[in-house]
Amino acid sequence: MYPENFRYTKEHEWVMAEGDTGTIGITFHAQHELGDIVFVELPKVGTKLVKGEPFGSVESVKAVSEIFAPVSGEVFEVNESLSAAPEKLNEDPHGAAWLVKVRLSNPEELNELLSAAEYQSFLGAES
Amino acid sequence: MIDFGGWEMPVEYSGIIEEHHAVRRRVGLFDVSHMGEIEIRGPEALELVQYVTTNDASRLRAGQIQYSGLLYAHGGYVDDILVHKIAGDHYFLCVNASNQEKDYEHIRQANRMRAGVEFASERYAQLAIQGPRAQDTLQQITPANLSAIRYYNFVESEVCGKPARVARTGYTGEDGFELYVAPEAAELIWDRLLDAGQQFGILPCGLGARNTLRLEAAMPLYGHEIDADITPFEAGLDWTVKLEKGDFIGRTVLLRQRAEGVRRKLLGFEMTGRGIARDGYQVLVGGRAEGWVTSGGPSPTLKKNIGLCYLPAELAEIGRPIEISIRGRAVEAVTCATPFYKRVK
Repeated sequence: MYPENFRYTKEHEWVMAEGDTGTIGITFHAQHELGDIVFVELPKVGTKLVKGEPFGSVESVKAVSEIFAPVSGEVFEVNESLSAAPEKLNEDPHGAAWLVKVRLSNPEELNELLSAAEYQSFLGAES
Repeated sequence: MIDFGGWEMPVEYSGIIEEHHAVRRRVGLFDVSHMGEIEIRGPEALELVQYVTTNDASRLRAGQIQYSGLLYAHGGYVDDILVHKIAGDHYFLCVNASNQEKDYEHIRQANRMRAGVEFASERYAQLAIQGPRAQDTLQQITPANLSAIRYYNFVESEVCGKPARVARTGYTGEDGFELYVAPEAAELIWDRLLDAGQQFGILPCGLGARNTLRLEAAMPLYGHEIDADITPFEAGLDWTVKLEKGDFIGRTVLLRQRAEGVRRKLLGFEMTGRGIARDGYQVLVGGRAEGWVTSGGPSPTLKKNIGLCYLPAELAEIGRPIEISIRGRAVEAVTCATPFYKRVK
């Protein structure tokens, strides 16, 4: 369910690092809790994300949820397909429905995030 | 599951959008047992009902139902309710879950005519079966001739052999029925309705779909479109107020509002910019905060983002460009006629 090569936050975002870049998304648990996702608001290319700060939002039929940056970095690609098809976030949150790609400004931040096993035990404790 | 007035209520079963479409296109089943019931009995029953409600209950025949308001003396809502006339000396009120104790106290204190007032919520569970195939579904498990029950009428009958009050009412903008049954019978009837509706693609539906459905139909929700500070005229519910019927609580203020006009009005809008309006967001006109969103969200049927809002009466006209302040961003919208959705009969 939760890929081993991702790092996770307690706010239910994930980041997959490759070299000095990172792909960011929300977790399966997050989309499940939100229900049918109908709207996604993402930053523009060039926006500098700061770890722990909100950078966009995801809305389901019933609620709005802010997305927090799991790591700091500059956005160099945005998943534009989500604006026309936000429901992809329900279908493939760990794959095709990634949100943004960033150039990591401080890769050491990755060490502060949860592993897949840690995230899953966090989910267990939360419910 | 969310805690709703002490009830554990599912917000959704299979997904709000899927449940919503089931009700619009086929049939959906809601457990609305959290709703409250109050019974008024005795020779003075009509006099009490007339005194505490805005609509004219004297126009009801036995077996008819009326949407009405329970007001404070200052004209704001205690609650919005359904009045069922069971007999000349017996009225049955269906009230909102979170208001039921307050409603009961309010009615008791107004009861100088000494009618019998019973807080009856513990004796009833309520199921709502809604959608174009609701009648075909329910008819399989009730001897009542459903096609003979007109909108806002009810019969005393049975469902699965259990006594049931079967009312052709609902909170979805679709055809359908609301069933008042003993709590012990509710689970059996729930299961049998799901069985009977399977051939039509029935889905159990939660509070989430109930809200999107009623919003498309522009039906008011207490705490949103109406509350203690809002009068029926402001909410556009003029048709539920019969000033000429005689004295009732709140009438003095409503007479004044009728003469002077209201300061604010409830209005529909749809988003033209990208964004979803939510309850409590500010409404801007010409860049100035002039009103607030009472309910807002996506409309699964219309595939638009819609909402209801209050605006000053002089600004409350259909077709006016407005903006909704969404987390600090002004997003374009336009006021429009309601209901957003009306079923083809």
